[in-house]
Amino acid sequence: MNCESARELISPFIDSELDAAQAAEVERHIQTCIACAERQFEYLQLRTRVRADAPYYSASEELRARIEHALHRKAAAHERWRAPWGWIGSAGAAGFAAALLLVFVLAPNTFYSGKAGQDVIAQEVVSSHVRSLMAGHLIDVRSSDQHTVKPWFAGKLDFSPKVKDLAPQGYVLTGGRLDYLDGRAVAGLVFGRRQHVINLFVWPSSKQSGSRLSTFAITGFNIVQWPEAGLTYWAVSDLNAAELREFARLYSE
Amino acid sequence: MPHLNAAYNLARWLMRNDHDAEDAVQDAYLRAFRFFDSFDGEDARAWLLAIVRNRCRSALAQTPRRAATAEFDEGKHALDTGAPDPESVALRKSEIHSLRACIDGLPNEYREVIVLRELEQMSYKEVATAVAVPVGTVMSRLSRGRIRLQECIASRLKREVRQ
Repeated sequence: MNCESARELISPFIDSELDAAQAAEVERHIQTCIACAERQFEYLQLRTRVRADAPYYSASEELRARIEHALHRKAAAHERWRAPWGWIGSAGAAGFAAALLLVFVLAPNTFYSGKAGQDVIAQEVVSSHVRSLMAGHLIDVRSSDQHTVKPWFAGKLDFSPKVKDLAPQGYVLTGGRLDYLDGRAVAGLVFGRRQHVINLFVWPSSKQSGSRLSTFAITGFNIVQWPEAGLTYWAVSDLNAAELREFARLYSE
Repeated sequence: MPHLNAAYNLARWLMRNDHDAEDAVQDAYLRAFRFFDSFDGEDARAWLLAIVRNRCRSALAQTPRRAATAEFDEGKHALDTGAPDPESVALRKSEIHSLRACIDGLPNEYREVIVLRELEQMSYKEVATAVAVPVGTVMSRLSRGRIRLQECIASRLKREVRQ
């Protein structure tokens, strides 16, 4: 390797971005070339200076609150749109966002059924999961006590979801909230597993029988669905598929 | 709110002032919320930073003069060096000031890759996603950006010595 070509590679070399063969060549060259060794030293020094002295600007609490507020408003408008009774009233106010959501979320639902229907619902489940995290609207009732969470749903839904705390097994109930999926109000139960959040959505569905677990993976999220006692359960998380299945199995026992 | 500090840090370095950076970040999050259907699930931070960068780029394109003339605010970034010796404090202060001024003086395409690589410590692949260029371009921009930064610091040092 000559000096000319080595010089170009010193920067990726210190970033550990060269493959093993190239890195070995650059390293060999640097041992015999003073100019390139100096350059490597300068780059390393520069890196140290930049990391130590260039400020990392953190967002202010005020900005965080401002964005959360704006996202809440958006999320609320979005939910009004998706709720079947609200769309006429908010049609004027709902803009481009709602139009897009209509195309992506609602329209496919009306054209497909069966297996495709499940896929569309799985996509909706992921959407709700991500929105709940982004808008910071994860929990309406915060409690790790299943006997607090279950009654909370009583006046709000026309069905009663099974609420089960799996803290001993490492899936900690943190609360619940109302959400909208598949064109209706559903129960949203929130669990924590290490740093991961699991949303478990529950609503009545007569489409399925048996107790088989179905798994889906959409845009990096894992989803496990199972039917139980006339209700359909959808668990979604960025947790790995094996653990999410374990969660589903424990929950459905 | 995921990756808000990363988003703000990038926006602040690109816009060079708090107010424009905050507007760009808020705008980017609303866009991300609206368009996350286009998110491929690979790398949320890089995807989000790509949106932040686009917002900053178009804001800068609309007000090029204002952004380019934004000056480093000494008072606002007052330094606590903790060193008692006034001479070494002054030296350290001018070192830090030089570095910031030199990064701020880099053209956008070099500044953004250096910020993402050194402050956000992203891999070339992640930087490539955020900046929407091939990995090879990230590599050459970082290389050139580092040379420019090095030269800028060296020439400022020379000037100071002469004074």
